[in-house]
Amino acid sequence: MAQIVSMPKLGFDMAEGILVRWVINEGDKVSKGAVLAEIETDKATVEVESTYGGVLLRQLVPQGTAVPINDPIAVIGEPGEEVNLEALIGKPGGGEKPKGMEKPMEAGAIQTASAKPAQRSEAQITAVLAEAAHASPLARSMAAEMGIDLRAVQGTGPGGRITKKDIESFQLNRPEAVMVTTPSPATISLGVPLKAFIHETRNLPLPKLRAAIGRRMSVSMQQTPHFYVTHEYDVGGLVDRRKEINALLAEDDKLSVNDFIVRGVALTLLEFPNLNASLDQGNSSLIYHGEINVGVAVAVENGLLTVVSRNTDQKTVHQISAELKNMVKRAREGKVRPEDIEGSTFTISNMGMYDVDQFTAIINPPEAAILAVGSAKQVPVVMNGEIRIGIRMKATLSVDHRISDGAEGARFLQALAKYIEEPLRLLI
Amino acid sequence: MPRITMREAISQALWEEMERDPKVFIMGEEVGVWGGSYAVTRGFYDHFGAERVKDTPISEATIIGAAIGAALTGLRPIAELMTINFAFSAFEHIVNQAAKLHYMFAGQMILPMVIRTVGGGGRQLAATHSQTPDAIFAHFPGLKVVAPGTPEDAKGLLKSAIRVNDPVLFIESATLYQLKGEVSEGENLIPIGKSKIQRPGKDVTIVTYSKMLETSLKAADQLAQEGIEAEIVDLRTLRPLDMAPVLESFKKTNRAVIVEEGWRSFGVGAEVASRIYEEAFDYVDAPIQRVAQKEVPLPYNQTLEQLALPQVEDVINAVKEVL
Repeated sequence: MAQIVSMPKLGFDMAEGILVRWVINEGDKVSKGAVLAEIETDKATVEVESTYGGVLLRQLVPQGTAVPINDPIAVIGEPGEEVNLEALIGKPGGGEKPKGMEKPMEAGAIQTASAKPAQRSEAQITAVLAEAAHASPLARSMAAEMGIDLRAVQGTGPGGRITKKDIESFQLNRPEAVMVTTPSPATISLGVPLKAFIHETRNLPLPKLRAAIGRRMSVSMQQTPHFYVTHEYDVGGLVDRRKEINALLAEDDKLSVNDFIVRGVALTLLEFPNLNASLDQGNSSLIYHGEINVGVAVAVENGLLTVVSRNTDQKTVHQISAELKNMVKRAREGKVRPEDIEGSTFTISNMGMYDVDQFTAIINPPEAAILAVGSAKQVPVVMNGEIRIGIRMKATLSVDHRISDGAEGARFLQALAKYIEEPLRLLI
Repeated sequence: MPRITMREAISQALWEEMERDPKVFIMGEEVGVWGGSYAVTRGFYDHFGAERVKDTPISEATIIGAAIGAALTGLRPIAELMTINFAFSAFEHIVNQAAKLHYMFAGQMILPMVIRTVGGGGRQLAATHSQTPDAIFAHFPGLKVVAPGTPEDAKGLLKSAIRVNDPVLFIESATLYQLKGEVSEGENLIPIGKSKIQRPGKDVTIVTYSKMLETSLKAADQLAQEGIEAEIVDLRTLRPLDMAPVLESFKKTNRAVIVEEGWRSFGVGAEVASRIYEEAFDYVDAPIQRVAQKEVPLPYNQTLEQLALPQVEDVINAVKEVL
């Protein structure tokens, strides 16, 4: 019996996703859990896994198509099986619900879907036939001439069509092109490697992730009254404990200072439910989250993503570390999974590796607070009337003043100190 | 160059050719004593006499049939059909006789005749008197179909039409007679079958002819204010169709909008778009758009009539669609 795979809902406010690439071709075998396609949302490109095993009978949408959530994208079944699209789509979701569809389809959505099955299947078939129009003929001939692989080009035309403009913009940004346009005689040796600079004013489309960050941060900065509290931690003990533990661990398994902080924050949040809360849409009630999911901001190409450690308060530092490592790797490779980046209730932004004294972060809505962590540094400290060398780290908490006040923010940072400054508590 | 109206330009062409060649004569309904229903032949009857400016019965089949006979016997008739809507009454003579005699008789005779007629809507003449069936006539090999959009082209093309040895359907626009434009003094023969760039541009190619040239030029002026430079190619002749300037322009802009007054289905836009796809496929960057009359019999009501006819706004929207 053929099964429909639908566009998963990968985020709370996701309305549609762009199917950027089919990984499995029509007629090819696919096992349950294998990556079927790559989907671009506002936040990231994510892999969609097949929820069924069998043969990919039909790709219902061409690459580059924006598909509303829950709309069918593929049919999986037995080899040679007849596909009755109308019958299938009239029965949304199939038997088993695809993984990644976090919310069940609402009753209303089911009605709409089954109300116009004939229309829909016709549209889908047209969409399949229209695959050839994914790039304009001009774009195709230009790409062939310039030796550009069209799969690498982002189409900005109607329905994601690659047009002349996209090829020109791609060509301008190719590494080879950069080398051609960088005048080498004018390049002055400054003793440090310089990234190739293009001496030409260019107007390029804002990458999707960049635009999404811009939107979210603007909303946060405009609508959330932030206040900031900074605390200095003595991390001498933490640095020592970490050194001891890492001596026991394999190279790719070592713990970072941040892994300890993540667990410390999770445990502290147990005492501060206000800072693990969100205002509801109407700002009339507070949602106290039942899970402590600590997000960690990760710099990726064209922006940043927040990868999420789930139920962080119930995990060991080692577990947290391993999970974060995997998620960060996927995020940097552009292969992030939906569950990697959704559902955080509190975020940590750690710029310790960049030799940063301290900084303030913008709250990741709809969360109540974000912790900005600076570098751990050797500094002169006064201890028992003597100046000694200590290791200190500053962290700044940004808090939504609609949810909490300065005193609570300060108490949170103080409470966090008992974990960060006595790291054995994190290891019990 | 003097600025004269389309009516004066056409009138001058007829006058000059009748003065030049005694074989040229005019026949049609009300062309003589009355001076033509669009006053194009006013004064001709008095000057050239009843022999060369012949009023005919109200029978289009008779007019075209008689003109064919006259042409076969060595005269150069200019037969006037009051509107192109009446050409259907003479359809057999136009497409089955005039268009084919030269071929059917292996070139033993020539048919140097011009059928002057008036097409297009916009004057509240209702559905049966407002049509733009140009494409129907352009369908037939053996017939030349000319439809100018400026006084200069009207004069130069009509003079050429009178001089060529093939039957030519010369379609004037009912709403362009008052259009003024510069017209060369002296003889300026414009060859049939040559399209012309009427406005240079680089961003999009607008292909059009006749009345819609005026509409497209207005649209281009408005688009220019937004920084969009449209290049306008005026077909001027539908058969034989000169695609060279269209293709040359399209290879530069990669985007095209075709504007015609007639209906979209099976129309001039369909033909031009198809030829672009055939001959410049690798230069296509966006689907070609067609602007045409709504697919209804043209309403009598003025508001509805204007809504059904292609407007400047429609051209602007289509251009933005392809950009």
